[in-house]
Amino acid sequence: MRPVAVAAFAQTTHTDHDSGLSEPELILPVIRAVREQSGLTEFGFTCSGSCDYLAGAPFSFVSALDALGAWPPIQESHVEMDAAFALYEAWVRLQHGDVDSALVYGFGKSSMGDLREIMTLQLDPYYLAPLGLDQLSYAGLQRSAVQGDFPAIARRSWESAQTNPYALKLPEPVETAPITDGAAAIVLVAGDLLHDRTNLAYINGIAHRIDPHYPGMRDLTRSASAAAAATAAGVGKGPVDVAELHVQFAHEETVLAEALGLSGDTLINPSGGPLAANPVMATGLIRIGEAASRVMDGTAARAVAHAASGPCLQHNLVAVLSRES
Amino acid sequence: MGNRCAVIGVGQTHYTTRRRDVSMAGLVREAALRALEDAGLTFADIDAVVVGKAPDLFEGVMMPEAYLADALGAAGKPMTRVHTAGSVGGSTALVGASLIQGGVHDRVLVVAYEKQSESNATWALTTHLPFTSSLVVGAGGYFAPHIREYMRRSGAPGHIGTLVAVKDRLNALKNPYAHLRIPGIDRAMVESTPMLWEPIRYLETCPSSDGACAIVLSSERAVTGTPAWVHGGAMRSEPIFRAGRDTVSPQAGIDCAADVYRQAGVTDPRRDLDVAEVYVPFSWYEPMWLENLGFCGVNEGWKLTEAGATALDGDIPWNASGGVLSSNPIGASGLIRFAEAALQVRGMAGDHQVEGARRALGHAYGGGAQFFAMWIVGAEKP
Repeated sequence: MRPVAVAAFAQTTHTDHDSGLSEPELILPVIRAVREQSGLTEFGFTCSGSCDYLAGAPFSFVSALDALGAWPPIQESHVEMDAAFALYEAWVRLQHGDVDSALVYGFGKSSMGDLREIMTLQLDPYYLAPLGLDQLSYAGLQRSAVQGDFPAIARRSWESAQTNPYALKLPEPVETAPITDGAAAIVLVAGDLLHDRTNLAYINGIAHRIDPHYPGMRDLTRSASAAAAATAAGVGKGPVDVAELHVQFAHEETVLAEALGLSGDTLINPSGGPLAANPVMATGLIRIGEAASRVMDGTAARAVAHAASGPCLQHNLVAVLSRES
Repeated sequence: MGNRCAVIGVGQTHYTTRRRDVSMAGLVREAALRALEDAGLTFADIDAVVVGKAPDLFEGVMMPEAYLADALGAAGKPMTRVHTAGSVGGSTALVGASLIQGGVHDRVLVVAYEKQSESNATWALTTHLPFTSSLVVGAGGYFAPHIREYMRRSGAPGHIGTLVAVKDRLNALKNPYAHLRIPGIDRAMVESTPMLWEPIRYLETCPSSDGACAIVLSSERAVTGTPAWVHGGAMRSEPIFRAGRDTVSPQAGIDCAADVYRQAGVTDPRRDLDVAEVYVPFSWYEPMWLENLGFCGVNEGWKLTEAGATALDGDIPWNASGGVLSSNPIGASGLIRFAEAALQVRGMAGDHQVEGARRALGHAYGGGAQFFAMWIVGAEKP
């Protein structure tokens, strides 16, 4: 595949409440930041991830174009998924060879509604949603099936987050990702734009897979789709120094570490992970950004990023990043 | 544009007001199975699935790809959900094609749908973001002023919209999948219907439909059956609130067309293309898009319509399928345009086939006429 690298990453200082900023106001600073970091003001392709149901209105992504100042008109697309999947679409687009840069961003204000109940609307509307299971109940089903020291995972994430200026200032460890408002952006470069840049995190592999929707069709103690995505992305081809995992519930780290084949030597979620800040629809993209940052600052030679979607880790994306193309 | 890509299968459901007999999953699966059958393939031959639809509020299912994974045979594969407002059906095809053009996959299933009967689209479009005011107008109320401005600029006579409404419904009578099939449709019938949003009368607007459309895309080495080759694809977006933008002929549409024409080597679309499937949800958008897409000069579009150039027997038929005016499962409407363009160049459009069609345009737009997706497909390998 054509080499593609992360050249810039920015995120908001996340909040646990509505700070009064509209979505475009939330995005604007991170877009400005990645433009400055990358030295690029225009991009060959732009892709974003967001969810209408967080705002309770259609087309929540439309006003984001105002924040971009998309004029003259831009080549742009949007996924109603975590922005990590928008990054995947941008990576694919860069494989064509005719454009060399992409802007990816995601944003979400989960403070605006009852996120736990909103997530119920993601379930099969005929057979699952009417049962009334909210996001926590669903996660509880999986947690009861998985063995692990979840308080320890929560504690380590909380301790790691103390040095992350963007994370929430939580008074104590939590096993459930907190309600968070925030946004993030990444710039990808390829081709000639890779030259003369020293601070890059190359995407050595990236892939995603989805599992069946119905929990009865899955072994909830495992994640077949995460394992398949990890194999396709090439996680096992070398040691993994750092893994940033989309862990919205502490037990998911146990499931994912096994699925990705991570050894005890891998530092998991040094940012604190989603248990320290979970701006829904940007959380997965932030994992890629955090992993890239570790590669860029030299604290990791090889890092893995993971993003998830759907109930009980139904859909998983895995990326491998390093200094080398 | 990357590696070559072809449409090798098309599947549609019969568009109608209410599909009470199927779930959403059943609806998309019906279209997917027909597309696979057309390609002579099964779900096992598919590498990735891309799903598109308009806002989730239309059915009340959030990020429905999670729920649809099983019905579309996506388990164990990559699945993507595209959402770019009304243009989404077109964008979904382009995202699917991108996976092949980028060399990532050999066969991609693309599915777009809307089951409008699950909810009320005009209501869903009327709710607004926090801290903003609702226009409480739906799509027709939003676009009617743009149409009136077009009429003022171009001096188009008032009956042009009626002509489009009749022409597209006559075409729909030749398309077994079309929703609105109105025997005896004529100008008097259209003009007798109530004025909804001046100048748009009831029969000058699109219906609310349940339906799904699916296509199978293939790399060159994995082609089966009769391919429609992708000669170019492009997307463009512009901000809805930019004060200086021209909502009658948006720059994003002009730029998107220029991009796709350049890729396909089209210099004069009216001459170089044989048929066009263009997103016309309100009758007057035919003359407006004729100009925006460069089929004629500024303020001349209505003259092509009036002269019958866009009729099935005209020199550049538009919406031979009956178009969005005859079937509108919103999220699928763009993909239906793209798929109908493919059917035409494959020679598989049935009674609404444009004889000898070799190159066709598929077009979709959305949001406040700010999102555009287009492709050109051809019978010959590019």
